[in-house]
Amino acid sequence: MKHKWAMVIDMDRCTGCGACVVACAAENNTPTAGEAEAAKGRLMHWLRISRYWKREGNETRAIFVPTPCMHCEKAPCEIVCPVYATYHDEDDNLNAMVYNRCIGTRYCANNCPYSVRVFNWWNYTWEKPLDEQLNPDLSVRSRGVMEKCTYCIQRIRRARETAISERREIRDGEVVPACAQTCPPGAIVFGDTADPDSAVSRVLKDPRVFKLMEHLGTDPSTAYLKKQRGPGR
Amino acid sequence: MSDDSRNHLARAGETALYDELSRSNRVTTRSWYVATGIAFLVFAFGLGAFIYMMATGMGVTGLNRPVFWGVMIILFVFWIGVSHSGTLISAILRITQASWRAPVLRGAEAMTVFALMVGGLFPIMHLGRNWRFYYIVPYPSERQLWPNFRSPLVWDMVAIATYLTGSILFLYFGMIPDLAVARDRSTGWRKKLYTTLAAGFRGSHAEWRRYHVTSTLFAVLIIPVAVSVHSIVSWDFAMAMVPGWHSTIFAPYFVAGAIYSGIAGVITVMAALRWAFKLENHLTERHFDNLGKLLLTMTLIWGYFYFSEFLTTWYSRLPEDWALISSYGGHYLPLFLLMLVCNFLIPLPLLSLGKVRRSIPAIFAVSLVVNVGMWAERALIVVPSLARRNDPSIWHNYFPTWVEISFITGALAMFALLYLLFAKLLPVMAISDIKDHLFRTTDRSVGGTVVPSVAEEESGKEGTP
Repeated sequence: MKHKWAMVIDMDRCTGCGACVVACAAENNTPTAGEAEAAKGRLMHWLRISRYWKREGNETRAIFVPTPCMHCEKAPCEIVCPVYATYHDEDDNLNAMVYNRCIGTRYCANNCPYSVRVFNWWNYTWEKPLDEQLNPDLSVRSRGVMEKCTYCIQRIRRARETAISERREIRDGEVVPACAQTCPPGAIVFGDTADPDSAVSRVLKDPRVFKLMEHLGTDPSTAYLKKQRGPGR
Repeated sequence: MSDDSRNHLARAGETALYDELSRSNRVTTRSWYVATGIAFLVFAFGLGAFIYMMATGMGVTGLNRPVFWGVMIILFVFWIGVSHSGTLISAILRITQASWRAPVLRGAEAMTVFALMVGGLFPIMHLGRNWRFYYIVPYPSERQLWPNFRSPLVWDMVAIATYLTGSILFLYFGMIPDLAVARDRSTGWRKKLYTTLAAGFRGSHAEWRRYHVTSTLFAVLIIPVAVSVHSIVSWDFAMAMVPGWHSTIFAPYFVAGAIYSGIAGVITVMAALRWAFKLENHLTERHFDNLGKLLLTMTLIWGYFYFSEFLTTWYSRLPEDWALISSYGGHYLPLFLLMLVCNFLIPLPLLSLGKVRRSIPAIFAVSLVVNVGMWAERALIVVPSLARRNDPSIWHNYFPTWVEISFITGALAMFALLYLLFAKLLPVMAISDIKDHLFRTTDRSVGGTVVPSVAEEESGKEGTP
């Protein structure tokens, strides 16, 4: 059965705590860039929390936009890759990444309007005993390749294998990416929109729903919920 | 050198003409060794920096997220641009049979080949895993996967490979009669080299006829290739949905910019050749005057393209574009001013003056200024658009590190080195074309001035030098 995985992030719930970023790094073996490299704009986070300040009368509000890969249906990154290192996974409707094919043109990153792709500038190492915390379910990337949020594809694959061995479909809620699992206010909902009764399909009917840079026509799988404020709303 | 004595050598004897035109091949001066040594050292430093980058990681550059492309891509576009004019000018001059073309041809064609060799390296160098660059080449591999033909980078690879092959053939083919002359007049290993390269050319009528047919054919075929190459380079940018890149005008704009910087490059190289190898009799003020007029035309065309591209973006004030244009007045103001001054404000008035066009030091200086401006223009296209991406939370500026700066100098040195070796080994002037032209031309007095006049119109088929 084909799936269409999607994520919905409730910005009205998000507190900007950053737990999802930490969980993502722990799950996906993303290296810690360090302070100096981060200052150069080389954070390795697959999921970042963009923070904006908005002035409303006398009050200044912070707006947090947790930004993982949008897994666009019409992904701009895919067509520009000369070696099919990033391509569309037709079964899961994911925007997949094959590290071994990647030669590091970084064109995909330039063409991603959300700028969610990160590049391995160095051969990052995990000093002992930190290497013990690496997740064995996925690889550690070498320098020179692009990487990005995969919607925790290793968890999707594991759930699928379990389901196949038990001769059933994947149940709603069986796949939970690390960010959604960790989010303290429960702002991230993940699931299969091919299943009309799944939690994520229900949340997507919320009137607060919007997608990032919808006007670009990328048709993202990641959606946001936010109550619109201000005049005219 | 006055016009009266221009054809003295064609009449005085072939040996003297050959000796004068191939001075670079015959005498190896101390200054050649010094120049080659310096060029080699600077090039070796750039090469060392590349090996260091390859061994350590792209982190040694100043690149970051979102500025994933930097100096290496700027250098790529710049050098491909410089490469543009040589073959194009040569082909156009051949087709239009411009009477002044002969001394310019060879130097311009060689410039194309060497600039392409330099420029073509950078897209490979800039790869994160540059040792895997061949993944982009369509060949039946163990991965059982073709490259993605929808990617402009694959078009790019094909276009540049085609252009490089075409330009090398064009250069070599035009050189065959001169190699034959050199073969007949040299000894030792040079004779062996020229004998091989001249491919048995003896100068019979049939050979000349085939030569002229083929060179016209080459000239006609290389023009669409040249135009397509820089269009495709522009599509590396224009196909991406990056504010400031995604523009329909990019292809003709890049071609115009490439011809602009290429003509400036031709003038730089011609002035250097004239000075270094004492070719004052052949590369005259008239050539620089004519090239200067071409450069002036391109200044205006470039200015027009830039203005019309800028105006539409500025006027509509779309938020993404506006963020980019604001950065031209902010962080990237120095780069923007450098481009505007060097590409338009300096060359336009100066090149309008006949005095400047006919003064070789002056037009040499202008040609250098134009290429500085064109470098800034390439930088302004590549960097600010990436530095001001759609999501302001990740905006980040970019400045190259010493590694990338040594690529800039290394590229220049590599170009100089290739040219110095070329000048030493192969005929740097189109001897037979020049001879052909000199034989046809007589000087006639018209009123108070002396003008070169040809006895008959060139037919393009029956060259009989």
